[in-house]
Amino acid sequence: MSQAKPAPAELERRDLNDEQLVAIFRTMVTQRTLENRGFQLNRQGKIPFASASEGHEAVQAGAAMAFERGKDILVPYYRDLGLALGVGVTPYEVLLSLFARAADHSAGRQFPHHYASRRLGVHSISSVIAAQLPHAVGAAYTIKYRGEAGRAVLTTFGDGATSEGEWHESLNFAAVHRLPIVFLCENNEWAISTPLAKQMGQPDVYRRAEGYGMPGAAVDGMDPIACYAAVGEALARARIGGGPTLVEAKCYRFLAHTTDDDDRSYRSREEVEERRKRDPVPCFERLLVERGILTAEGAEALKRTVLEEANDATDRAEAMAYPAAADLYERVYAQSWHPWIT
Amino acid sequence: MATTDLRTGGLECHGLSDQQLRDIFRNMLLQRQLDNRGFQLNRQGKVPFALGSEGHEALQAGAAMAFNRGSDILAPYYRDLGLCLGIGLSPYEIMLSIFARAEDHNGGRQFPNHYSSKQAGLMSFSSILAAHLPHAVGAAYALKYRGDDGRAVLATCGDGTTSEGEWHESMNFAAVHKLPFVMLVENNEWAISTPLEKQMAQPEIWKRAEGYGMPGWRFNGFDPIETYAAVKDAMDRARSGGGPSLIEGTCYRYLAHSTDDNDMTYRTREAVSERRKQDPVPAFEAVLLERGIVTPQDVAAMRKDILRETNEATDAAEALPYPKPEDLYTHVYEGAWQPWQS
Amino acid sequence: MAVVSSTNSTLMNNVEAVRATLYEAMRNDDRTIILGEDVGARGNVFLITKDFIGEFGEARVIDTPIAEASIVGIAVGMAMEGLRPIAEIQFADFIYPSFNQIVGEAAKIRYRSNGEYTCPLVIRTPYGGGVRGALSHSVSIEALFYHVPGLKIVVPSFPDDVKGLLNSAIDDPDPVLFLEHKKTYRLIKGEVPDGHYTIPLGKARIRKEGTQLTVVSYGLYVHWAIEAAQRLEKEGLSVEVIDLRSIRPMDKTAILESVRQTRKLLIIHEDNKFGGVGAEISAMVAEEALFDLDAPIRRLAAPDVPAMGYALPLEDEYMSSAGEMAETMSEMVKF
Repeated sequence: MSQAKPAPAELERRDLNDEQLVAIFRTMVTQRTLENRGFQLNRQGKIPFASASEGHEAVQAGAAMAFERGKDILVPYYRDLGLALGVGVTPYEVLLSLFARAADHSAGRQFPHHYASRRLGVHSISSVIAAQLPHAVGAAYTIKYRGEAGRAVLTTFGDGATSEGEWHESLNFAAVHRLPIVFLCENNEWAISTPLAKQMGQPDVYRRAEGYGMPGAAVDGMDPIACYAAVGEALARARIGGGPTLVEAKCYRFLAHTTDDDDRSYRSREEVEERRKRDPVPCFERLLVERGILTAEGAEALKRTVLEEANDATDRAEAMAYPAAADLYERVYAQSWHPWIT
Repeated sequence: MATTDLRTGGLECHGLSDQQLRDIFRNMLLQRQLDNRGFQLNRQGKVPFALGSEGHEALQAGAAMAFNRGSDILAPYYRDLGLCLGIGLSPYEIMLSIFARAEDHNGGRQFPNHYSSKQAGLMSFSSILAAHLPHAVGAAYALKYRGDDGRAVLATCGDGTTSEGEWHESMNFAAVHKLPFVMLVENNEWAISTPLEKQMAQPEIWKRAEGYGMPGWRFNGFDPIETYAAVKDAMDRARSGGGPSLIEGTCYRYLAHSTDDNDMTYRTREAVSERRKQDPVPAFEAVLLERGIVTPQDVAAMRKDILRETNEATDAAEALPYPKPEDLYTHVYEGAWQPWQS
Repeated sequence: MAVVSSTNSTLMNNVEAVRATLYEAMRNDDRTIILGEDVGARGNVFLITKDFIGEFGEARVIDTPIAEASIVGIAVGMAMEGLRPIAEIQFADFIYPSFNQIVGEAAKIRYRSNGEYTCPLVIRTPYGGGVRGALSHSVSIEALFYHVPGLKIVVPSFPDDVKGLLNSAIDDPDPVLFLEHKKTYRLIKGEVPDGHYTIPLGKARIRKEGTQLTVVSYGLYVHWAIEAAQRLEKEGLSVEVIDLRSIRPMDKTAILESVRQTRKLLIIHEDNKFGGVGAEISAMVAEEALFDLDAPIRRLAAPDVPAMGYALPLEDEYMSSAGEMAETMSEMVKF
């Protein structure tokens, strides 16, 4: 008779049930799959560009689980593929964006990964770093002004964004007015080729919170449940009028910035390989299987399903039409685009 | 990291000689006299505009005493009359600026109080708050880059300016590069009509230093000796390669923002009178008299001399001509001003 | 002009017209928020919003920190979420830090989201010289922004236009830069119809009729141009003065109809000449009415130097007087 295995330790699941844990895992897998798909399509010459987010799966899926659909507002940045999926953007919408189809939310105008969905409460953003933060603050002001209790704004950005003047101005205003907003920094240690040590004088973004007069917290960005808890706590505070919070999730960017970047020119393979040991996707899978939330077969089946979905979304999106040339002139203003009135 | 409040340790500390103490006091008196002269001239209809600095005399005289003339660089803002006098500008140069004469450093182009003097190490600045701070950081970078040991940049601003994005960007860069840069905030509690509590959520600006990864502390800006000690400490650190500091001197703005402002629209006379009790000029006079560093006759003689100097400067400047119309076209570029090349 | 609900009017100056219009907008629509530096307790440095904070409350009249980029940016966020913010930049000279939020964000929100998000934002700012404002309180900025698709720019010169155009700007579903010439604030008075009315953007107005020369101008200089034209009338010269009122969109019909009559065009603006608004007008008229012209198009504008200086001779040299305008007008009529 073989020795009984020791009972697995209790999973620190906070208030998440099994279904939610699996949903988090699914979001992470979908993010990884769709990101890979973007790179694949780029290598095949089918799309000109894709952005990377490997390493961010835990923080984004965890944060998305804390987000209340139909109530909260998300003002993301361009690396938030998982967060967008987690709040309801579909793989099909993601592929439409990659292929720049007319049916895309921006009618093919925006760079990929610049999702917007009024219905889901996801703001339209640009590629200009930190420019979305004052918008997020304005949205939070609007919620508070209208007395809409139970709603909050979640806005995200990378470590590089924290150097921007508009980052500073946004946190300051949100603090003065005690706005219902959570500032989530996805600190992946790299801003394209700029390492943390060249970006800021001390490496802990959350320690700036005190200077603004708001609470700040750091969390392990590779642990989706911890991220869920940290972001959830901050959003809960915001929703009841407790004001803003700065949450810093420490993660890592495994790939280059985008398909147009080659990170071999500025960091070593050894560093990346070392950090890969904490890749949140296989790590969380291992955790769920060990704790009996998922079986190994279940995990494989999930991944297969996600892949099928990705294939389906790819095929459907690819078959759609580009916007027509005449579409260039639409929606400059509510009325005609002409600057000269006749 | 020094994050303590300094307390003055008595006049014997900090190595200031009796003559230096008298010089500090004289600077304070001169600042107040020239300030008043500007307002007088405005009331007489001789100059269109004046901007006061009452309340800042101790802070500026103390800081100037810690500045190494001919070596350090000053990046002030428009309320730094005393600081500019203290680093070597003359009443005559001040009056040239007030009267906008051709002989003025800026050729009569700039608003009054926007001093500039390459010779004194006083960087040219605009009315745009915080716009001078990236310049100051760049100057500090140049010092470090050239290996100019023993030199540092002293930059100043008010409490309002610390809300600007460029304040943040400047502090961050100075910290990353460990630059010979001192950020001296003259917190007088008002930004035109905006009180501190509408400007920021926690009122101690020095506390932001930790977030940038530099030392920060606060001192009593009504005490010129405490000021001197604080500024000297920070400047010495910067000059010896120890990197930047954020130091905050608390004071108060007794007058309105400028001759175009009416502060009774947003604060009460009682509030201002209450703070007048701390007026640093009579306070320091009392201290010096008590310690026997000056006698009442000395003070009277000082005041008389300052008045004479002021009158001479006023008369001399007033008698000079304005710039000529054709002066408008000079110094647009090094070469010709015309944008169309023929 | 749209239907006016009353036949009464009130004599007021431009700053009073801004104030009165903002007041009504605040009263009629609680989506309207005013934000900017010193707009609350101080009531704005020209007293435009004096006592507004008492009546409408702190939540609707926001004294912001000193942070121009976020004054506009936060207003953009409010607009995206359905409020009607009116952001104030204290002086146009301070607008540069918010350049990205205006040009890169506000102007493009509708376009980049394919209409899902819109930006019904008004940015008000006093501009212009003649007040000894030197380098940072005198500048003209319209040329930097009128180039940008997605933005609208309005420059009223008279109090009745101030009200009608500001109402339109506030109602407009797209971002509008509302430029107020600070020297006209107290200098220019006129009858302003009572009640609510709007003036459509993109419509110029002939402020003085004439047959021998078309003068197009905006801002303070409309008034000097009218004065100059009136002087010339006494000499028997007939000059038409068109107040543009709206820079983007701009009124092509009014300009071309006038030019086809007078056959001569002079554009007068306070901003620097090179690349100013006059350049676009000149190009348009040359493209569409070249053979209707009997003289080269001319532009009377500021010299291409960075700023008017604080010293009076420098300011005078930079700015154009009614006398200088009359001289140029006379030359052109006699050409």
